[in-house]
Amino acid sequence: MHLLRFIGGRLIKGVIVLIAIATLNFFLIRAAPGDPASVMAGEAGAADAEFLRQLREQFGLDRPLYEQLWIYLTDILTLDLGFSYRQGRPVIELIADRLPATLLLTGAAFVFSLVLGVILGVLAARRAGKWSDSAITTGALFFYAMPLFWIALMSQIIFSLWLGWLPNVGFETIGAGYTGLRRALDIGTHLILPATTLGLFFTALYARMMRAAMLEISGADFVKTARAKGVHEGRIVRRHIARNAILPVVTLAGLQAGQIVGGAVLTETVFGWPGIGRLMFEALAQRDYQVLLGVFFVSSAMVVLFNLITDVVYRVADPRIEVGR
Amino acid sequence: MSFFKRFARNKGALIGLIILLLVVLAAILAPYFYPTSPWRMVTRPFLPPMAMDGYWLGTDALGRDVASGVMHGARVSLLIGLVSTVTALLIGVPIGALAGYFGGLIDDALMRFTEFFQTIPAFALAIVIVAILQPSLYSIVLAIAIVSWPPVARLVRGEVLSLRSREYVQAAVVIGQSTPRIIFTQVLPNTIAPITVMASLMVASAILLESALSFLGLGDPNMMTWGYMIGAGRTRLIAAWWISFFPGVAIFLTVLALNLVGEGLNDALNPRLSQEGG
Amino acid sequence: MSVLVVEKLTLALPSVADRKHAVSNLDLAIAAGETLCIVGESGSGKSMTAHAVMGLLPKAVRPAGGSIKLAGRELLGLDEEAMRSVRGREIGMIFQEPMTSLNPVMRISDQILETFEAHRALDDRARRRRTIELLEEVGLPDPEHIARAYPHELSGGQRQRVMIAMALALEPKLLIADEPTTALDVTTQAQILRLIDDLRRRHGTAVLFITHDFGVVAEIADHVAVLQNGICVEQGPAEEVLQRPRHDYTKRLLAAVPSLIPPPPKVLGDAPDALVVEGLNKTYGGRGFFGGSRRVVAAEDVTLTIRRGETLGLVGESGSGKSTVGRCIMRLTEPDGGLLRVGDLEISAMSARQFRPFRNRIQMVFQDPYASLNPRRRVGRIIAEGPEAQGVSRRKAEERARELLDLVGLSANAADRYPHEFSGGQRQRIGIARALALDPDVLVADEPVSALDVSVQAQILDLIQDLQKRLGLAILFVTHDLRVAAQVCDRIAVMQRGRIVELKPTAELFANPAHEYTQQLLAAVPGAGASRARDRTTA
Repeated sequence: MHLLRFIGGRLIKGVIVLIAIATLNFFLIRAAPGDPASVMAGEAGAADAEFLRQLREQFGLDRPLYEQLWIYLTDILTLDLGFSYRQGRPVIELIADRLPATLLLTGAAFVFSLVLGVILGVLAARRAGKWSDSAITTGALFFYAMPLFWIALMSQIIFSLWLGWLPNVGFETIGAGYTGLRRALDIGTHLILPATTLGLFFTALYARMMRAAMLEISGADFVKTARAKGVHEGRIVRRHIARNAILPVVTLAGLQAGQIVGGAVLTETVFGWPGIGRLMFEALAQRDYQVLLGVFFVSSAMVVLFNLITDVVYRVADPRIEVGR
Repeated sequence: MSFFKRFARNKGALIGLIILLLVVLAAILAPYFYPTSPWRMVTRPFLPPMAMDGYWLGTDALGRDVASGVMHGARVSLLIGLVSTVTALLIGVPIGALAGYFGGLIDDALMRFTEFFQTIPAFALAIVIVAILQPSLYSIVLAIAIVSWPPVARLVRGEVLSLRSREYVQAAVVIGQSTPRIIFTQVLPNTIAPITVMASLMVASAILLESALSFLGLGDPNMMTWGYMIGAGRTRLIAAWWISFFPGVAIFLTVLALNLVGEGLNDALNPRLSQEGG
Repeated sequence: MSVLVVEKLTLALPSVADRKHAVSNLDLAIAAGETLCIVGESGSGKSMTAHAVMGLLPKAVRPAGGSIKLAGRELLGLDEEAMRSVRGREIGMIFQEPMTSLNPVMRISDQILETFEAHRALDDRARRRRTIELLEEVGLPDPEHIARAYPHELSGGQRQRVMIAMALALEPKLLIADEPTTALDVTTQAQILRLIDDLRRRHGTAVLFITHDFGVVAEIADHVAVLQNGICVEQGPAEEVLQRPRHDYTKRLLAAVPSLIPPPPKVLGDAPDALVVEGLNKTYGGRGFFGGSRRVVAAEDVTLTIRRGETLGLVGESGSGKSTVGRCIMRLTEPDGGLLRVGDLEISAMSARQFRPFRNRIQMVFQDPYASLNPRRRVGRIIAEGPEAQGVSRRKAEERARELLDLVGLSANAADRYPHEFSGGQRQRIGIARALALDPDVLVADEPVSALDVSVQAQILDLIQDLQKRLGLAILFVTHDLRVAAQVCDRIAVMQRGRIVELKPTAELFANPAHEYTQQLLAAVPGAGASRARDRTTA
């Protein structure tokens, strides 16, 4: 029961945050040079006088500011994110088409980075001081310093263009007409490069954090108690050290949600992955601000939801935190 | 052991410092080595590295010298990295300090505000800000500062909170020092160490952020940046890999150096004291 | 038959340490069913000895000679796997900090079961049954419920009982206890000591008990070994060492332990009231929207007065509210209500800003000598800051600082050095000098000697009393240590759960405690019942 109340409370908070973000969007548009209608119409739409007139009416640009805000907010909350002149479709449709691909990509990247990061962190901590530790730590340092889009490009060159092991761009092999399991595998091979390059930065982050947490907890009193009881070393590492060390990593992972979603823009651009990130890139190129803000809003919603999930997971994992506070 | 000795003990930090100095040198000396604008076409396009004397890193699709672009790009990256970090600090440090010292409602309000900004996906917000305000040096610095200040505020708040209940700060209250004096002379000086460490890491992530924005085409159109060069080289990856490669190496080295220096600062400023107790 | 025999044990320290050996040529022996106490101050090597027997020495410390034999079997030099099977099964160990000694994410029953699993003892059902039995045996009420609980749901005393249960689960021959009661309240401490003693008698376990407190030694030891800087300076049956100490160091340590017999009372004449507190209230928490289940009444209706030249002790266990009262009087925390008067000045009516110029009238000495001085400031500046804040010129303030350093027994050139260059006792002197820099009428001392070794304690207490005589200070002395209170305080107020339950002149309080809680407290002081007969069973 406590858990449900907690989730309910957080959902309400989440809605408030989204309203605040929408308000932020509203004022950003007005901060731009030029009148809001032509900003919203974008490069293509501004040429069309009829479209501009429609927009002015839709946004109530002749009405007082607070009324405009109200119109804008109610539109957003009914999922009316505007209309893309350039693509000729409502923004919400464009996003809905591409959202699953992004969810797949970010989900895969997140799982990959967390699992690999934790494993490497544990290995590095157990072999602290030896060369394998130095290798992992240095590797983590390197991947942490490389720009995401550059890793993506370089791995594209190496694994796809030179070695030919993995597909170059896209979601699946077009025109091959695969179905069922065959299709899933095909999508999977296309997913490998984007997901791993997106996740490498975070792998480095989690590996470093896990290693540091493991080393710190190794000196804790309760670990000494476990030793004094004669518990086997392997069990001490699993049930005592790692089990406690993973808590700060989970917290960190939760905080990275925003970064992964942001990084997806770059990865999808490089690999031609048909998600909302690439939609954002196209909207930039086409100066289509309605789409841009729509994608921004939806990705914020994703982050809010994701934060809620990780918060719940953390509270379940750490019995010291009373759920519902 | 003095600060410099402790810093020098960390070999990685020394390497980082050297690389960083080289990058700064490149930025300062760029106009001397390459007095013509990096945008000018200088010779045949698609020249591979070392193929012709004087063009060690090759040329790009429009015959521009890659090496010139890399050196001039250093100026932009360092400039934007520093200015946006300072701006973020100017926003974040006061917010964090006030929240941490006064607690209560002020703390609640400021923290809600900070949390809000942390929830928004940082890169997406930066894109939106730069896109709507039109790409320029100012909009980029503003965008990076806006997405970078929350972690600073959190850090400062945490430090101030723990310092506030430290006994020597309470002693300062007891002997009658005024609140502003306590904050400035007792509390903040002891937060300089973690803020400095964080600042060096912030410059690193500011550079990454700026290059990502440039890669997407949102860089200042008058400035040749590393991100822009990588983006421009995308279409010719197989044939002319070096156009995207070298600017990327430049970013990598600079960010790596900043991270190493940051870690070195951390070790030097927070030595593990094995003196007290018995 | 000796369960544990240690011969000429030497432990080497790394070269950066302040001496070569943690422990040199140590000889010890414990027979079954007996308790040996190792006593010493911090840095004496007593804890290292305990860890060496368990094979849990930190990496930097290595055995450099000697032998440790458990029931005739040599332990030094055993490989890790052999030592692992000895730990828990033949030797059990309990540690000092109950709050951090249990895995926070594992249930209590799982942590006890782990001991059985590690040594493949008993089958599953027998293990669970035995777990509940153990929890009962260590005196935990409702063992089924506790078994399912997580450590953070238990109190410090309860957690220590769980530790004891885990250590004794497989009925080891030897129990090592490393300062297990130091972090506990005095009443809880008494219960835990009694528990360990009972279990020892019932199971015939040999007990190696590490402590710094001679009172504890008087309570439970059969034999005592006194360690100074890694060398055993005296050893023998408890009664002999306590009553007829031979070595100088032992004599000094024993002399430094404050007696429970108060000295003759001071003559105060018609000294005026320096501090008046009436009806002080402070409640924490209760802010949340979803129920104020977190409200804690820290202080309720506290009333006391202190005259010039008098010391009033505020005594209680953790959670009694004594520290809160001290902080409220200093207005470090704002009280919810009540009257506060320093001399003729009613400070409770002033706002924080109005009060600031008058802060010189009442000053504070803090508990932690390591945290109460700004590490980035020179000592002279630390002391001079107070007068400067009140408008005194910098030069005069620094002159005064040097005078004060002299007054508290440090050389005047200490003013140019940094806090980390001084020992704990010296830093506490600096803290006192800082407090005196403003010429206060009232001094609030919040556990000023609790973090110091016993020999240093005595010096600081002497200093405080000397200064009081010279300057006519009124002192509110907050402490949990009844021995210290007996020697230093003229009157004592006993606090329990936020209220003062008894307030009397010291001698009267100790002779005729009226309130039940006071009686419990006095009875719980270790070593209080010096003539209490102790049962012994020879193995």
